[in-house]
Amino acid sequence: MHQIKHAEFLAPDVKKFVIHAPKIASKRKAGQFVIIRISEHGERIPLTIADSNSEEGTITIIVQGVGKTTKAINSLNTGDHFLDVVGPLGKASHIENFGTAVSIGGGVGTAIAFPTAVALKQAGNKTISIIGGRNKELVILENEMRHVVDEVYITTDDGSYGSKGLVTDKLKELIESGEKIDFVLAIGPIPMMRAVAETTRPYGIQTVVSLNPVMVDGTGMCGGCRATVDNKTVFVCVDGPEFDAHKVDFELLMKRNRTYIIEEKTSMHEYECKLEKAIEDVKKN
Amino acid sequence: MHEISKKDRMKIPRQPMPEQPGSERMKNFKEVNLGFTEELAKLEALRCIQCPKPVCIEGCPVGVKIQEFIQLVADGDFLGAAAKIKEDNVLPAICGRVCPQEEQCEIKCVIGKKGEPVAIGRLERFVADYERETVGIRTPEVKPKTGKKVAIVGSGPAGLSCAGDLIQMGHDVTVFEALHDIGGVLIYGIPEFRLPKTIVKAEVDALTALGVEFKTNAIIGMTDTVNELMENGYDAVFLAVGAGLPYFMNIPGENLNGVYSANEFLTRVNLMKAYRFPEYDTPVFNVKDKNVAVFGGGNTAMDAVRTSKRLGAKNAYIIYRRSEVEMPARKEEVHHAKEEGIEFILLTNPLEFIGDENGWLKAVKLQKMELGEPDASGRRRPVPIQGSEYILDIDMTVIAIGNGSNPIIQKTTPDLQFDKWGNILVDQNSMKTSKKGVFAGGDIVTGGATVILAMGAGRTASKAIDEFLKNSETW
Repeated sequence: MHQIKHAEFLAPDVKKFVIHAPKIASKRKAGQFVIIRISEHGERIPLTIADSNSEEGTITIIVQGVGKTTKAINSLNTGDHFLDVVGPLGKASHIENFGTAVSIGGGVGTAIAFPTAVALKQAGNKTISIIGGRNKELVILENEMRHVVDEVYITTDDGSYGSKGLVTDKLKELIESGEKIDFVLAIGPIPMMRAVAETTRPYGIQTVVSLNPVMVDGTGMCGGCRATVDNKTVFVCVDGPEFDAHKVDFELLMKRNRTYIIEEKTSMHEYECKLEKAIEDVKKN
Repeated sequence: MHEISKKDRMKIPRQPMPEQPGSERMKNFKEVNLGFTEELAKLEALRCIQCPKPVCIEGCPVGVKIQEFIQLVADGDFLGAAAKIKEDNVLPAICGRVCPQEEQCEIKCVIGKKGEPVAIGRLERFVADYERETVGIRTPEVKPKTGKKVAIVGSGPAGLSCAGDLIQMGHDVTVFEALHDIGGVLIYGIPEFRLPKTIVKAEVDALTALGVEFKTNAIIGMTDTVNELMENGYDAVFLAVGAGLPYFMNIPGENLNGVYSANEFLTRVNLMKAYRFPEYDTPVFNVKDKNVAVFGGGNTAMDAVRTSKRLGAKNAYIIYRRSEVEMPARKEEVHHAKEEGIEFILLTNPLEFIGDENGWLKAVKLQKMELGEPDASGRRRPVPIQGSEYILDIDMTVIAIGNGSNPIIQKTTPDLQFDKWGNILVDQNSMKTSKKGVFAGGDIVTGGATVILAMGAGRTASKAIDEFLKNSETW
C-alpha cells in the first residue's frame, strides 16, 4: 500500500499525485515509469514518473482521466492509497550534452517530458520547452518548466493561451528562425509525436519519443506492449519506453492501442452507472 | 485389507480420476479433475507392492518417499501420509496436479512394466487435499534460527521449494516477486481449471506460517540489484526468476491486434482474471463465437486453447508443426483438450498472419509439413511440403512456442555468467553461479521446463546454500 501524500487537479481530468514510494524515489531516473493498481479487481497501468524526492521518499505521477481506471485513480485524494506501485521500470532517458535540446509536451505528455527536460538542462544543454494543449486549461506545468529550462513556448489549438496552433508550428518556426537544434524530445498523443517526427525528419534532427502502449506486467514477460521500430519488434517496457522517432511505426502503435476499445467503453459505462447510482443513493439519504 | 497378497494387489486396476464431463467443463473454469475419494485412494494405494528398493523415487526430482507415503494411504493414515510427503515436498497439492508423473515416478513403477503404473500423482494430490480440507495444512518443525538471511528472487516453483527447505533449516528467508501476487507461473500461467488459485494460496500461506517473508512488486534488477541485496545483509541469493520473455515466430503480421503470446493471454485470464471482465477491469479479446488458433504443442499451448474454448470460442485449434507423437504436452492434457472439442491441426506451420485495414487479425496462411530426419532434439524434423499453402480464417491467435530468458538480471548483474541464450550458468550439483553467494535454478537455468524440475533445482540449491551459510569461505 502506498499512501498519497498530496493530490491536486492541474487541469480538468488531469491530476497530480505525490505518492509514498521511498525505494522507487531513490532509484528512478528520468524517462522511467511505474505500474500501478488501485484495487484487487483493478488493472495494471503504466505511468511515467514525473518527479521524485528521495529525501521525502515520494514520487510524482500525473494522470489524465480517460478510461475507467484513470478516472477511478483521479477520484482518489490526499491520504488515500494505491494498492500496488512497482518500479522503476523501463530504460532511463539517454541524456548527454547535445547542444540545444527542445522538449515538447502535448497535454499530459508535458508531465512525462518534464523529468527529461530537467536532466537535459543538468547535462549542460541549452533547453527549450514547447508546451501544447487544446486550450489554456489544458496547459500544465508551465511554472515548473519555466523554473528549469531556458525558454518556454506555449501553444493552444484554440489560441486561448500562448500562440494559436500546434506544437509543430512552433517547432518549425524555431528551426526556420535559424536556431540550431540538436535534439528533440516529443511526448504526447500519438498524432502529435508522429507530426514532430515528420517535422524534424527533413532536417535530420535527432528526435526521441516516449511510447505508451498497453502493458500488463511491465517486465518483458508478456510482450503485450510490442511495437515496431526500425522494422523490428521491440518490447516497449524493457527496450524503451523511449525510441528514435524517425524509426517508430506510429500507425501500428495507434492501431494496437485500439485493441480494447469496446471493452474500455463497457468498463467506462459500468463505472459511470455505478457512480450515478452512488450519487443517487447519497441524495436519497 | 493388509493381508492382501501381492498377486491380488496386482489384479486391482488403476483407479480412474473422477472428472467433470467434457461437455460440462468447457463452459466453466472450475477444476477438471475432482480428485480421489478415500475409498478410491485406499484401493489405488493397495496396488503398490512396496518394493524393497523402490525405483519410483529415482524418478522424483525432489525424492519424495513414495512407497512409504503410499503404505500410509493404504493403512488409512492420510495425515501421516501428508507429513511423509512434506518431508521432501512443500507443495504437494500443486505437484499432485501439475507434475508429469507419467514421465517421472510413474514411468519407473514396477507395476507399470506389465500393466498400468500406480497412480502416484493422484495419491499425492488426494493426501494433500485431505490434509488441507480436514485439519488444514500442518507445518513441519523448524530448526533453531541460524541468524543467516537468504534472498530468493522469484516466487514460482523453484523459489517456493527453496524457501520451504531453507526456512526449515533455520535460516531467514525473503522471497521477492515482481508481480502483485505470489506463485509465479502457478498463478499467471497455469489456468484455474488445472490448478485452482486457492490451492496455490493455501500452500503459499503455509510457507508464510513457517516464517517465510514475501515481498511483492519487487523487481530485482530494478527495485534492488543482486549486489544491493548482498550489501543489505543477505548472506546468499537464489535466482529463480523463470523464463520470462516470450518467443514470437518472426513471421509477417505478428503485431496485428488479436495476436497474443501465451504469457500475455494466460496472464490476462489467470492473474488478472479477465475471464470475469467487467467484474475485473483487465480485458482480453472477446472470443465468443470466434475462431482461435493456438500455435505450439506443449502444456502451455493446451492451457491456452482450453482457456479460449471456455471463453466461448466457436472453433479452437491447436496448430503444431510436428505430429501428435512429438508433442511435448502431457498426454492427459491432450486427451482433455480433445474431450473438450479442441481441433488438432498437425504437421502444419504458419507463414503469415493476415489482417484487415484496421489492424485486426482475420486469417493465417498455413503450410503443411512432413517429418524428415531426426533433429538435435531427437525428434523428426518437420519439412515444408511445397505448394500446400492454404488460408484459415481466425480472429485470435496465441503463440505458445516457448520463452527465452528475461534480460533484467543479466543487464543489472555484470559479474554473473550467462550462456548465449541468456540462461544463467551454474554447477548442476550445487546450483552455484559464477558469483560468490549467488545460486540459480529453474527455468532461468534450464530454459522452459516443468514445475517439478524447477522445484528439484530449488531443493538442490537449498542444500548447497545451507552448506555455504555454514562455511562461506569456500566457493
